[in-house]
Amino acid sequence: MRAADAIVKALEMEGVEHVFGIPGGAILEVYDALYDSEIVHILTRHEQAAVHAADGYARATGKVGVAFATSGPGATNTVTGIATAYMDSSPIVVMTGQVPRAMIGNDAFQEADITGITMPITKHNYLVTDERQLLRTIKEAFYIAQTGRPGPVLIDLPRDVTMADIEFEYPEKVDLIGYKPKTKGHPKQIKKAVDLIMQAERPIILAGGGVRLSNAHEEVLKLAETIPAFVVTTLMGKGAIPETHPLCLGFIGMHGTKYGNYAVMEADLIIAIGCRFSDRTVGKFSEFAPNAKIIHIDIDPAEIGKNVRVDVPIVGDAKSVLREMIKMIKHKQRKEWFDRVEELRRKYPLKYKRDENVIKPQFVVEKVFELAPDAIVTTEVGQNQMWAAQYFKVKHPRQFITSGGLGTMGFGFPAAMGAQVAFPDRIVVDIAGDGSFLMNIQELATCVDYDIPVKVCILNNAYLGMVRQWQQLFYRRRYSATRLRYPELSFEKIAKGFGAHGITVEKPSEVEDALKEAFEIDKPVVIDFHVEVEENVFPFVPPGRSLLEVLDGE
Amino acid sequence: MSERRTIAVLVENKPGVLARVSSLFRRRGFNIESLAVGTTEREDISRMTIVVKGDDRTLEQVMKQLNKLIEVIKVSDLSENSVERELALIKVHAPPAKRSEIIEIANIFRARIVDVARDSFIIEITGDEDKINAFVDLMRQFGIKEMARTGKISMARGSKT
Ligand SMILES: Cc1ncc(C[n+]2csc(CCOP(=O)(O)OP(=O)(O)O)c2C)c(N)n1
Ligand SMILES: [Mg+2]
Repeated sequence: MRAADAIVKALEMEGVEHVFGIPGGAILEVYDALYDSEIVHILTRHEQAAVHAADGYARATGKVGVAFATSGPGATNTVTGIATAYMDSSPIVVMTGQVPRAMIGNDAFQEADITGITMPITKHNYLVTDERQLLRTIKEAFYIAQTGRPGPVLIDLPRDVTMADIEFEYPEKVDLIGYKPKTKGHPKQIKKAVDLIMQAERPIILAGGGVRLSNAHEEVLKLAETIPAFVVTTLMGKGAIPETHPLCLGFIGMHGTKYGNYAVMEADLIIAIGCRFSDRTVGKFSEFAPNAKIIHIDIDPAEIGKNVRVDVPIVGDAKSVLREMIKMIKHKQRKEWFDRVEELRRKYPLKYKRDENVIKPQFVVEKVFELAPDAIVTTEVGQNQMWAAQYFKVKHPRQFITSGGLGTMGFGFPAAMGAQVAFPDRIVVDIAGDGSFLMNIQELATCVDYDIPVKVCILNNAYLGMVRQWQQLFYRRRYSATRLRYPELSFEKIAKGFGAHGITVEKPSEVEDALKEAFEIDKPVVIDFHVEVEENVFPFVPPGRSLLEVLDGE
Repeated sequence: MSERRTIAVLVENKPGVLARVSSLFRRRGFNIESLAVGTTEREDISRMTIVVKGDDRTLEQVMKQLNKLIEVIKVSDLSENSVERELALIKVHAPPAKRSEIIEIANIFRARIVDVARDSFIIEITGDEDKINAFVDLMRQFGIKEMARTGKISMARGSKT
């Protein structure tokens, strides 16, 4: 069988239904094979977007997302997408074309050393130099991408390898001597954790993106209700339990809820599940939760003790570890602590100044939540992302998709596209910034081409708003290169130019109608909300400070 | 506290593995003091002996991060209770008047003269690092023209592997 056909057949056997990508010389053979396949290929208009779409698809479904690109510039265009997936542990497989084996290393036309380039941003990568290893490589790639701590895997395919003739024998299992992820937690550690929980007077659960990756939502809720304990999340952990649940205190960190941050700082026990204690979540490492013992459950041993000291480490899959824990935990009233947290929640609510004449960006997000509470929401990066995180109360697992670790502007729109391809019948909204949206705006063409009815809500403040906010607060309002000045620009017209629908909204009273209109039309829609230009995101814990040092903007 | 630590890393013998390991050290900001790579009792497995500088926490991170590489099979800390050896080749300036003195020192260190030219020797010495350092210091007075050291290899004492 032609190796290219074998590749496509292997993808089918892995259950792949959609691939995002752009063809080119070095990967032509594979695209030729794809022509006869049931697999739907979505031709994006930039390879970065193909990878983000595969990533969004993976985050929304839990399945492996797949992207294709050609050699050289096609491959290098995938780099930001791969790094984004790597930082957020998203399972994707990227296949790139490469120049023929004999030409590798000679600076051939469109040659780039993509395995070298992506070594530090992939969980693993392969350059296939022997066609007999091709199928084993694909099998391993899918296995590695989705097991243990998931992550991106890249396979570089020299053109002559894809043209070779091979036997189709797809391996049933993989055997990697150096890769045996541990899923079951150590019983002794679990027992220790349970003891700590039973002793604790002020326990709190900190849930991270690992909860989603391990599908441990039910277990987290069960644990929280059994102890009982309040739950805070990281940005990536949003949706670990429904944010409308009385035990949920929202997300913590730089722009997290003040009551959530304060509660963490007052807790005497933190049960951290699948999170990596990033600087954006923890603030100043040395002052994080000073009175608390920390239990850290993570499948990646390298995360344990990396940023904060941990009292009881448990290496294992969150779902399995939590199940064991729940069996042993007994309910215990902690009235004083519950009263205290409720007091914090009352005293420091999330809030912004409403306005009748100018659209507040927070108001737009609130309206999106009100009108489409079950929508899948993706975000771009910047203020838009933080307002989306603050005001959209996530109810379902895998409902909120954002670039947390890398903070990639331009992620949200193609990621929304990927999620929409996976769930054609759901409403998928990208809460966008005017700066970020421009970074992958070409994907409007893809959306129109394939009838992907994503709704882009631009919180248009005519600024690189988050950077401007830092300049305002830390650089005496010296707005160096953050004004996005283009009075002639109309996102509405651009959208229409692509064949999508476009709406411009300038008054608060029009917000609701515009959203309703967008959610009703079965077409991609761009809504350009002209919002308050110098609105800031609060609360705000300045970088490197303790979570108690919150700026409120008052 | 910053100390030197020795770790042994068993890896699959495949192209690119060395690059992965060294790239990991660079990316995570760990410093390699020395690195020696060679085959083992199995031809599909290579062994790297790496000396790093760092405190307990750095060492722990180094080992955990190495373990995450798919092609890394095993990582062990050999900082204590292990046999360590290094080999050095030293080309030393050896005019006729100095030769007997050099030979005498070499004998004391159980070093071997493996090449003799008109006014130089190549001396081979094996041993732990301190021994080699001491020998190199003594050779300096004669003038070292060239030196190559293999970097340390190391193995845990006893039956533990
Ligand atoms: C690719 C990329 N480039 C630069 C940055 C730095 N950055 C972070 S937020 C931001 C501003 C984003 O502007 P916009 O999309 O308009 O969002 P806003 O903050 O105004 O809501 C910038 C430039 C980034 N995160 N990603
Ligand atoms: Mg903006």
